[in-house]
Amino acid sequence: MLDGQSSTTLVLEADRISKSFGAVPVLFSVSMGIRAGEVHALIGENGAGKSTLMKILSGFHTPTSGRILFDGEEAILPPDGGAERLGIVLIHQELNLAEQMTVEENIYLGRELTRNGVLDRETMRSKVRGYLDDIGLDISTSARISDLSIAEKQMVEIVKAISRNARVLIMDEPTAVLTEAETALFFRQVEKLKKTGVAVVFVSHKLSEVKQIADRITILRDGQWIGTKDADALSPDAMAQMMVGRELSDLYPPMHEVDVDAELVLEVRNLYSSSVRDVSFDLRKGEILGFSGLIGAGRTAVFEAICGLAPIESGQVFFEGRETRFASVAAARDAGVAYLTKDRKAKGLLLDKQMRPNLTLFALPKFVRRFGIDTKAEDKAMARAIRRFDIRARDPKINVGDMSGGNQQKLLLAKIMETDPQVVIIDEPTRGIDVGTKQQVYHFIAALAAEGVSVVVISSEMPEVIGVSHRVVVMRDGQVMGVLTGDDINENEIVRYAAGLKREGRG
Amino acid sequence: MTVLANSSLGKGKRMSFDIKTAGPAIALILLCIIGFLLNPAFLSEGNLTNLLTRSAFIGIIAVGATFVITAGGIDLSVGSMAAAIAGVMIIIMNSAVETLGPGLATVLLGCGCSIVLGIGAGWINGMLTTKGKIEAFIVTLGTMGIYRSLVTYFADGGTLSLDFAIRGTYRPVYYGSFLGLPIPVWVFIVVAVLGWFLLNRTAFGRYCTAIGSNEAVAKYSAIKVDRVKTMTYVIQGLCVSLATIIYVPRLGSASSSTGVLWELEAIAAVIIGGTVLKGGYGRIGGTILGALILTTIGNILNFTDLISNYLNGTMQGLIIIIAVWLQRGDWGKAKAKTN
Repeated sequence: MLDGQSSTTLVLEADRISKSFGAVPVLFSVSMGIRAGEVHALIGENGAGKSTLMKILSGFHTPTSGRILFDGEEAILPPDGGAERLGIVLIHQELNLAEQMTVEENIYLGRELTRNGVLDRETMRSKVRGYLDDIGLDISTSARISDLSIAEKQMVEIVKAISRNARVLIMDEPTAVLTEAETALFFRQVEKLKKTGVAVVFVSHKLSEVKQIADRITILRDGQWIGTKDADALSPDAMAQMMVGRELSDLYPPMHEVDVDAELVLEVRNLYSSSVRDVSFDLRKGEILGFSGLIGAGRTAVFEAICGLAPIESGQVFFEGRETRFASVAAARDAGVAYLTKDRKAKGLLLDKQMRPNLTLFALPKFVRRFGIDTKAEDKAMARAIRRFDIRARDPKINVGDMSGGNQQKLLLAKIMETDPQVVIIDEPTRGIDVGTKQQVYHFIAALAAEGVSVVVISSEMPEVIGVSHRVVVMRDGQVMGVLTGDDINENEIVRYAAGLKREGRG
Repeated sequence: MTVLANSSLGKGKRMSFDIKTAGPAIALILLCIIGFLLNPAFLSEGNLTNLLTRSAFIGIIAVGATFVITAGGIDLSVGSMAAAIAGVMIIIMNSAVETLGPGLATVLLGCGCSIVLGIGAGWINGMLTTKGKIEAFIVTLGTMGIYRSLVTYFADGGTLSLDFAIRGTYRPVYYGSFLGLPIPVWVFIVVAVLGWFLLNRTAFGRYCTAIGSNEAVAKYSAIKVDRVKTMTYVIQGLCVSLATIIYVPRLGSASSSTGVLWELEAIAAVIIGGTVLKGGYGRIGGTILGALILTTIGNILNFTDLISNYLNGTMQGLIIIIAVWLQRGDWGKAKAKTN
């Protein structure tokens, strides 16, 4: 199945690997061979199974079926990072370094060299110096990790891997947080590593970079192996086409048309905030506006700034025609703008409380009668929410943390809707919930829009954005790359904009 | 709203729920029985009144502490704050005698100053923790040292004494009674009832609980987290000033040893009462019982020769540890760490 000379030695090979989490299958008979001294890119949409495959290749997950071959022999990789001893190192996206310790201490963490029971700092320092010089990294061995740039931290991780005699280096989106210059530096190190015979596997959404650095490319879609090709044989556009290409079922509700003359509810002009650069867009009454882009493209940051959760550096926000800047979440809520977080466990719900206090928390001022909380009104709201959102809890007194993800998401929706907002921003509306609940959420969104509420759907799942939105804004690096309408709303177009291959003329 | 988070069996949940809420009450009843058995005079009206009056200081401060702790904070400065406020009150009243005379006006002036100082000191603690983004433990450790040294400085290392003429006017605030109950007990009751209503029946109370449970969720739920947290310290300061107002006429003096370790007794009362130290769940009723339990232990030791009175701290310490151990609720389910 592998193109090119299959005689080249395979260091690590996944052979018809399948993986299920509980009853949910995420990988279906995926095969991938990694050769010594190659750069092998793994691409696919969010949720295609890339992370799972990487974790199986490095022993963090065990496959449900299929074999892992190491140096041509079937192997069961030791769990929890034990595979590092075999030379298989996974570098996580969130780096695994002790911020307050020095470069040298981090590289030798957990296997410090000692002499007569005392740390042999001199030997460790000279060895680390050697590694840093080899890779061409100009930092002090006694620099604190917290003082380094992200790119330098990444290099330290790589040096750490090399110092452990890594033969296979697996990296999850190493360039996601790097600037162009840093990426160039990073690629030079990767070239050096390659020459020493190390195999480098990396995940990236930046297809032009993949084209530039990778020798071979494996494409996954929906947990299926789509192909492994030589990088020379694939253009970024062809990659994008292989990543997507699926039909939308009736998971999505029929969409009503937005009146072209409908009033503008929200206008944003040249918005700047911590990770948002010059973002402008409009939202009409009764419109569903999708926000697509890679994770970290700044979509959430735009709306956190608008809703008073993060400071706005500059720019204008017009709500119902008047220039507004919400000083707090409460101000946004009172005006009729509500933001539903994507992180329902950490930011959305009080997991150690019951449903009722969670439901009314956001809209609590509405439930105050003569200084006290009107608990009867709360009970009524709870009963209403259970009916309207079909929340199924075996016991209403159960702690929210013990409910299923789908029911938590419905409760979170109900909580936000208690304020009867005119604009609702739903960030990742269906993260981690089953397909049945997804459908309910989509129908709910469509019904809201039909009632005249304006909805923003931020989603990393492309079919979802395409399935529910009237228009789609695609963001990348904190900027709007383009706004898609009508037939242009398809995965190919979105991927091109999101990967930076295409950009709308500014005007 | 129960504290216990995860036990999934409904039956087990019901059981521990009862132990948790009724625990402090059962402990107090047991202590009273023990006290009565050791010396029947324990249940005499005089002793019970005395016990309640003594509980009032810690109890009032602990009501404030319940808000701070429920919202995920801590205030270590309350004992020193009480001493400093007492000192300033005495200085102000003594110097006002000249102009206002030893009457009610002077006492009211002193009380007003106390309240302003308490609210101000609480506001400073609150602003430093929220706007200053310094941990509450550090902030209040610092202000604890500052207030303590201030009272020592004002008293020039000795004792500040209230003018004898004023003492006569002010005395009933501690020693007087109304409908058979001493004034401090009335103040305690009023503070407790208001505190209970505020924590359990108002949006503010709900916000305190939400912030202590998960600050990020509170922020995303349109709660003005900094403002609510600051308010908890202000309430704490107000409670300290009220406790000081009823404390000053008791001895008529303030020195560097006034209010020493009150902060720990107040926190202990809160924790014994079932409030969770890391925040997110608070019980005013429990706090009241906690304060009564602490005072009762000391009182019983005074009544009997069985254990030396010097071991008061040991007994209180044991009660605190046992109370928290019981509240953990996973005793008897030995496992967890043993894979």
